[in-house]
Amino acid sequence: MIFNEKIECLDRKRLGELQSRRLIDLVKRVSHQSAFYQKKLAESGVSRKDIHSIDDIVKLPFTTKEDLRDHYPFELFGRPLKEIRELHVTSGTTGNPVVVGYSQEDIDLWAEVIARSLCCGGALPGDMIQVAYGYGLFTGGLGLHYGSLKLGLTVIPCSSGQTKRQLKILQDFKPRVLACTPSYAMYMAETARELGVLTKECSWQIGIFGAEPWSEGMRKEIEHCWGMSAIDIYGLSEIIGPGVACECHCKKGLHIAADVFYPEVIDPQTLKTLPPGSAGELVLTPLTKTGMPLFRYRTRDIVNINYEGCACGRQSPRISKILGRTDDMIIVRGINIFPSQIEEVLLAIEGTQPHYQLVIERGRGGLDSLEVRVELKESFFSDEIKFLQNFENRIAKEIESVLSIGVKVRLVEPKSIERSEGKARRIIDKREI
Amino acid sequence: MKIIQLSIFLENKKGRLYEAVQALGEASINIKALTIAESEEFGVLRIVVDKPETALQVLKEKGFVASITDIVAVEVNDRPGGLAGVLKIFNDQDINVEYMYAFDEKNADNAIVVFRFDDSDKAIAVLAKNKIRVLGKKEIQGI
Repeated sequence: MIFNEKIECLDRKRLGELQSRRLIDLVKRVSHQSAFYQKKLAESGVSRKDIHSIDDIVKLPFTTKEDLRDHYPFELFGRPLKEIRELHVTSGTTGNPVVVGYSQEDIDLWAEVIARSLCCGGALPGDMIQVAYGYGLFTGGLGLHYGSLKLGLTVIPCSSGQTKRQLKILQDFKPRVLACTPSYAMYMAETARELGVLTKECSWQIGIFGAEPWSEGMRKEIEHCWGMSAIDIYGLSEIIGPGVACECHCKKGLHIAADVFYPEVIDPQTLKTLPPGSAGELVLTPLTKTGMPLFRYRTRDIVNINYEGCACGRQSPRISKILGRTDDMIIVRGINIFPSQIEEVLLAIEGTQPHYQLVIERGRGGLDSLEVRVELKESFFSDEIKFLQNFENRIAKEIESVLSIGVKVRLVEPKSIERSEGKARRIIDKREI
Repeated sequence: MKIIQLSIFLENKKGRLYEAVQALGEASINIKALTIAESEEFGVLRIVVDKPETALQVLKEKGFVASITDIVAVEVNDRPGGLAGVLKIFNDQDINVEYMYAFDEKNADNAIVVFRFDDSDKAIAVLAKNKIRVLGKKEIQGI
């Protein structure tokens, strides 16, 4: 089933016309409402009169995560705060996190695009869905919730964690659809095996997995283990959260909701648009969002884009799975982490050096762990183990309060972290994604 | 009378303990007593040596994190109940022992136990009052 056949099967020409109308309207709106964009447009010498069609989008300036962070918390909102219905928060690179505001129309849009995604992955009205994404400031839980309601599913809002209870609900309620991070699906499989639950006989037939990168190998493992079809969903809080793009049963790229999120793929160095099929940085413009309108947001995710129609009948362009990042962001258990966030914490703690290394490993059960290796400052060394352990715990707590994820801190000797050309190798990712 | 202990931070990685004692051996430094305290992630090697100042310099040159700590070396009767007798005094006087370990060698017929106290001076005063012998730097070098 195609949730919004009229839109999702729109041919490229008519899609372009729709995108053009929406872009012209967007530029008009922000020219009136947003001081930030008035300034940005003035600086780049572009006015609304220069925008006649979607092709003129390249005249507009880019927006970055730094712009969002520097205008914390609400300065980029396109509506008065009292017209903002919901706030979500995602990691910033340093300092303040990024706040996103949704108007009522934005929440309706979010529900629409996730309903499309769920349908695209094979869910049908009347199905039961177990939402095991975290509910809260993270967009995964509530996004899937709204979309499920819109499609007409029966929602079990489990949130993440409490794995034994998840498995009991799975066995007792028999939901057909699961939504969570792929690593959590693997972790649940491991726990199920320990409890003697026969995973292949469980009721999940479709898994909507996202919020972190995962490989074809992991897909096969999840599909084999749970006897389900594993579907990749993509999104980012700055744009709307999950629902920006999602695979169909063909699993040959993720259908992007291009009528509302206009995609461009650029060379991150030259900033020039790349031809279809070339890998580059994905730039997204949410054409209709009103709570926090954005132009040409640089996602830092590397993808390629394919405009050919799909065997499923949808004409919407497809992006590849995420091929990499243009920055050093890593994703652990669905949480975005920038090494600079950890550096900032360490600089504020006496006794540590800003020499550190992040080691990410995938545990036996599929759950990722993050270890932070920190070089101990000589003057802070104590002969007492408990002092050093307390010190480790203190660093861990400080980091956890910034990242919202449990970490293990390991003190290491000064100068023991590998440096190449004077620069430390910050990230050791041992996961086979 | 306090003596000096060297404490060395050891990352939990292969060969690190060997590298530390090897460096001391090359510099002709003799280890008189030794203990290792460890956590899951790291260890602290504590040693009493004949030439602590030289040892500290050698270790730092080799890139180790090392520090010196004042400890108290106490003669304990080498018979059943000898150590208990000394600990009872600390207990009665409310003196807190952070950690302790023993020398391999004896001084005459007595065992030597080193203590790290939260208040070394108070401990030394109490030991003197109870006529328990505390060893100095020279005596340690002579063992």
